[in-house]
Amino acid sequence: MIKTDIIIIGAGPVGLFAVFEAGLMKLRCHLIDAIPQPGGQLSEIYPKKPIYDIPGYPSVLAGELVDKLMEQAAPFKPGFTLGERADSIERQDDGSFIVTTSKGTQHHAPVIMIAGGLGSFEPRKPLISNIGEFEEKGVRYIVKDPDQFEGKDMVISGGGDSALDWAIYFAEKGSFVHLVHRSDRYRAHKDSVSRAQELAAAGKMKLHTFAEVKELNGDDDLTAVVIHTKEANTTVDTELWFPLFGLSPKLGPIGDWGLDIEKNAIVVDTFDYQTNRPGVFAIGDVNTYPGKLKLILCGFHEATLAVQTAYNIINPDKKFTLKYTTVQGVQGFEDEQPKQTITS
Amino acid sequence: MSLDINITVIDREGTEHEFAVPTDMNLNLMEVCKGYDLPVAGICGGMAMCASCQVYILTEEHFGERNDDEQAMLDEAYHVEENSRLGCQIPITAELNGLKVKIAPEEQ
Repeated sequence: MIKTDIIIIGAGPVGLFAVFEAGLMKLRCHLIDAIPQPGGQLSEIYPKKPIYDIPGYPSVLAGELVDKLMEQAAPFKPGFTLGERADSIERQDDGSFIVTTSKGTQHHAPVIMIAGGLGSFEPRKPLISNIGEFEEKGVRYIVKDPDQFEGKDMVISGGGDSALDWAIYFAEKGSFVHLVHRSDRYRAHKDSVSRAQELAAAGKMKLHTFAEVKELNGDDDLTAVVIHTKEANTTVDTELWFPLFGLSPKLGPIGDWGLDIEKNAIVVDTFDYQTNRPGVFAIGDVNTYPGKLKLILCGFHEATLAVQTAYNIINPDKKFTLKYTTVQGVQGFEDEQPKQTITS
Repeated sequence: MSLDINITVIDREGTEHEFAVPTDMNLNLMEVCKGYDLPVAGICGGMAMCASCQVYILTEEHFGERNDDEQAMLDEAYHVEENSRLGCQIPITAELNGLKVKIAPEEQ
């Protein structure tokens, strides 16, 4: 069981900044996120896009902002449970909470901050009726522990960086890779596209363009996929198909936590961004209130106010006086980070 | 003075919604749909990096042209038809008066 002061669900920019603000008040935080790296949408959807409305930064790349926020939070040694989705919140008799993830990891704290953005990122699944039968039996939406697939022949679908990067990786490791894409243009980085073409010319990869995997065959495990093009349908014998069409956010289990939800967002009180469940806060894009703007900037403000009430919940007998960092500096925690769990 | 145009959006249940939309507010079709609480997610905020604002253009003369980013995204999206476009890549201009679109099905 991981114990901390504040469990932050969602390791995006707002969750990361909450670590800093909580740290200034000597509160420790542990972040949980469904994707294996911190940064939320900024890392997952638009790491290379510039953001222009962060005060003091005329322009900052989304990925760079995540790095800076990690650096800013670092003195407060946050813990991370990454690659696991927060699935349930159970209130204990003393008012504290246990948050359990999809992998069964348990976290215990008196306060929860949901900084879940648009929800947890889940793979976009192709629309093939029997795809569910082959999940984990040959069909995999995420490449996990790549060692086990090295040298095996496979089919990969998609035209983005993830599809191209993995196709190149496995082709270079001795696999024969069929890369299937609906177009002949790829969204992936140009260098990756050139490399894939080289590998195809060298006979280590076959690029199927204007093509789509539309049928899956197999009795129990996957044994073949059928690739459709305008001209023909081709059956490719394979035990592995990676449809890598990126991830898209789903509100998911957040909807089952007994919170007031309006238009896919959690209703909060703007005094301290607490939800209808005392001790559970919602900050950033995941919340809603009159006048809400989904801006990183506003999420930072919400995080700052939310930790004030969190402090009072955690330290009911103490009164906190605002201290300026210009006067106090940043006094991080000396001791080691709490247990860190990363499941990729 | 703002010049309004009329557009019609058909939601996923088949209900038609008609709006008068100003052309001088630098809006795109995704933002208009969200503004009227239609079920268009606009997850990426308008960067053509998701397909959650995909629509079918029903008035052919308003199809315009897909840009490169938009085309690349549609190459990987689902439920894509000949008349698919991303709402966020359609600026609201006077030429679109009479535009009629249907919101594409949600990805599961």
